[in-house]
Formats: sequence, C-alpha cells, structure tokens
Amino acid sequence: MLITKVKTKEELLPVLSGRVLVIPCLGCSQSYFPVEEFNRLKDELKSSGANLASEVTFDYMCREDFTERRLEIYREQLEAADTVLIFSCGVGIQTFAGLIPGKKIVSGSDTFYVPGFPGFTPSEHDCEQCGECRMGLTFGICPVTACSKGLLNGQCGGAKDGKCEVDKNMACGWQRIFERMNALKGSDKALKEGVQIRDYKKSSL
Amino acid sequence: MKLTDLTRLGKFVVTSEVGPPKGINLDKMLHEAEYIRGRVAAINVTDNQSSVMRMGGLAACKVLKDKGFEPVFQITCRDRNRLALQADLLSAAMFGIENLLLLTGDHIVLGDHKDAKPVFDLDSVSLAHCVKRLEEGFDLAGNKLDGEAPKFCKGAVVSPCAEPLDPQLFKMEKKIKAGVEFFQTQAVYEPEKFEKFMKRVKEFGVPVYVGIVVLKTVGMAKFMNENVAGIHVPDSLIEELKKDKEKTKSGQTGVEISARLIKDMKNMCQGVHMMPLGWDDKVPKILEMAGV
Ligand code: SF4
Ligand code: SF4
Repeated sequence: MLITKVKTKEELLPVLSGRVLVIPCLGCSQSYFPVEEFNRLKDELKSSGANLASEVTFDYMCREDFTERRLEIYREQLEAADTVLIFSCGVGIQTFAGLIPGKKIVSGSDTFYVPGFPGFTPSEHDCEQCGECRMGLTFGICPVTACSKGLLNGQCGGAKDGKCEVDKNMACGWQRIFERMNALKGSDKALKEGVQIRDYKKSSL
Repeated sequence: MKLTDLTRLGKFVVTSEVGPPKGINLDKMLHEAEYIRGRVAAINVTDNQSSVMRMGGLAACKVLKDKGFEPVFQITCRDRNRLALQADLLSAAMFGIENLLLLTGDHIVLGDHKDAKPVFDLDSVSLAHCVKRLEEGFDLAGNKLDGEAPKFCKGAVVSPCAEPLDPQLFKMEKKIKAGVEFFQTQAVYEPEKFEKFMKRVKEFGVPVYVGIVVLKTVGMAKFMNENVAGIHVPDSLIEELKKDKEKTKSGQTGVEISARLIKDMKNMCQGVHMMPLGWDDKVPKILEMAGV
C-alpha cells in the first residue's frame, strides 16, 4: 500500500518549462490519490505563471501495456507538451518515462510507504517509496533504485563501459540519467544545485 | 600540514598510500611507510580498501602521526551512517589529523563480507557538506558543537580517464561546491587524456594530484583494463612490460613507466599521488627518476 502526496509549488516551479501536460494517475486501489490537494496545487501553479496547457487522466500507469495504449490515444497532447508533469507512484512515472525517452518528465508527487501488502504489479521499474521523489531532477529515472548505492548526488567512480560496479549486466543508473539528459538536450543545472541528503523518516526502509 | 597549504606555497605535492593490516600487527605497514619517509608530504591510509575488512584507518593514522608522518585519513560512506561518520571525524580532529580524503566507497559486494549491509547513508558530496558543517561548528542535524570547531583540509577523488567524462566532471563540481579543496585522481596511464581533463577543470581552480599505480605485471595491466573503472593501460605499455620479462619481474619496467608518466604530467597538475600497492620501496627511485 502506498500514498502519494503532491509536491509544493516552490519545488515544482523551477523545473517546469514551456507547455506543461498534466497527467494524474487515478483509479489504482494500491495508491491513495489526494484529489483536493492536486486541484489546489494546479491553481497555485497557474497563478504563478506556469503554463499548464492540458490535462489527461491515466490509470494503472505502472502497467506498460495500458500506458502504451494511452500514449497512442493522447499522442497529440503529448507532442504539443514540453514538460509532462505526472502525479502517480514512482513506478508509474518510471514506466511512463521509459516508454517515451525523448520527453521531459517531472514527478508531481512524492511516494510514501504505508505498512501492509503492497499489491502485485511486477515491473522492471522500482520505487522504494522514499517519500521525496527526485525524478523531476533526474529526468524520470529513479536514483534511489536505479543506482546500486542509491546515490543522490551523482555517479560514483565505479561505472565501467556504462555498467555498474556491482553487476556487469546492470546499466549504471547515473549513466542512464546523463544519457537521458543528453537525449533531451537537458541541462544539469538544477541537479547541480545543493546537496541531496535522504530523510529516512519519510521512507519505508 | 594541510596539503593545500603546500600547494599555496608553490610546492609540488607528493603523497603516497598505505593500507592497514587485516589484524593488529602494524610492522609491515610501518615498514612500508619508512621507505618513503622524507620523500612524501603525506601518506594516505585506506579505509577497508576494496570493501575488504581491515584494521581501522583512524587508528593507523594516529600511529603514523605519532611517528612523525603526515597522514591523510580516507573515510568512506560504505560502512558508517552519518552519526558514525561525524563521530570519526571529530575523533580525527581530536588527534590533530588535518587531511581528509572523502569517498563514497566501493560497494559491499566487491569485498570479503558480501552479506553485510551496504550503508551509503551519505555519499562523497553530502559527506563533504557534513565536514563543512562541522567546521562551521554544527553537526549535520544543526546542533551546535561544544567548544572549538574542527578544521580540516578536505580532499576527494576524480577519474580523469573515465568515459564518458561528463558525469565525473559534474560530480567534481558538486564536490567543490560542497567544500572539497583538493583532488587525488584515479590512476592515469594516458597523459594526453589527462591533459584534456586538466584543461576542462582548470576553471575550478582546485589543486589536482595525479594518481600513479605502479604496473607490476602484464596480468595486472590486463586485469585493470577489464575490471577497474576509469583505468586504461594502453597497448604500448603492455608491450613494454612484455618485452623484457626479467626487467619487469624485478620491478624496473614499472619504475621506469611510472617515472615517465610523472615526468610527462607534472607540469599539467599540482602534485602526484602514488599508489604503490606494497611496492613502497620503489617509490623513492620513481620520484628521483621523475625529478620530483
Ligand atoms: S525517487 Fe525513486 S524511490 Fe523516491 S519516490 Fe521517486 S521513484 Fe520512488
Ligand atoms: S556504478 Fe553507477 S549505478 Fe553503480 S553504484 Fe556507481 S553510480 Fe550507482
């Protein structure tokens, strides 16, 4: 079981650019979606000048086949968007980002852990429910689970030929982040700001 | 003395490295240190190097300091959370240990306690930030320290020959912003690549001490090419090691290659960091041949 909490206007404004497509993922029995806070945040973002150009709704974003189909349906809105702002659990956001490598993805919510049976959605993507989703800075790739050490401030010295020092068959998560950033012609400016330190009070582990 | 003070005085900084024993007998480590007494500005003490459990680096640093050596305390985030890291940093300050090398650390599974819990509560960047906070008189949670704040000289590592290089440069910049004052590098065997790297990091304005690992055998060179990140031993050097088996076995080839590398790169950077891996007795000869 998990809970998503919408991020604050202050956190999101600096990472939203251009025309923004908003996508909430609703209807999942595993995850609680805070509708009121979501609506309030959108109003705040709009009145601060963010261009929330359109909105479409997904459910079960974590399921690749469902999401692929919806991407077809909403192709027009997607193509028009510069940034996709997603409100879903970490696995959903990563599934979405994995399907469209050329889009800038920003996580609009933080995923928290709640004790209890977490349901069953097998996925190659993983979310540790760290409670402070960083994927808006890391181009839709989760540094907590895609890096063997869960490093938040960049690559360690152990990557060789793009593979992680822990396992030659596993891509280095930080290399993936940089590759995606380069593919998007994105900048590492926001990522370079400040020092990221985990708050374990917010996390499941 | 702080390594950066030496650089500020215009000195070319030479450091080397020893590893604590797996046990409590320090004879071998101290013997290795004696070979380089007077020839290096400081000696790094590794911290459970390659995730293999050994005697603690802090105790080894203290012993070296008592014997008149200047230690560099290497500290990794692999085995300790933020409380233990800060506790060890304060202990180091209390012993008068000034130079630090702040590392994320190899993953647990590369070492000899593969079933242990990997910690990585902080990483090299947040650890640098943490040291800076201690120097400002506060712990990482914002509590005030009692009395005088510790003062350190904060170092970190970078891989100049990593491919791609951008993620390394990104991290290097983050480390500098977090307070890192000098860099020792991963072993370099390609002066042309190092030159390009130095051009790109010049604007950062922090001293870089180039890493040298003495090549012992052809097998070692090939092993590093296969398995060690950020290291590439060019074919020409492997051929040189192959050519005269006796000379390579005696260590002479490794000494000559190392001295040549230092000569080629000494004008590009502010110092050299020797990683002799037990061949400490060869270090004075290398430095002499390289003219540093
Ligand atoms: S950063 Fe990773 S672990 Fe944290 S909420 Fe986002 S996807 Fe989950
Ligand atoms: S090699 Fe890459 S994925 Fe592996 S621990 Fe280092 S930064 Fe993380």
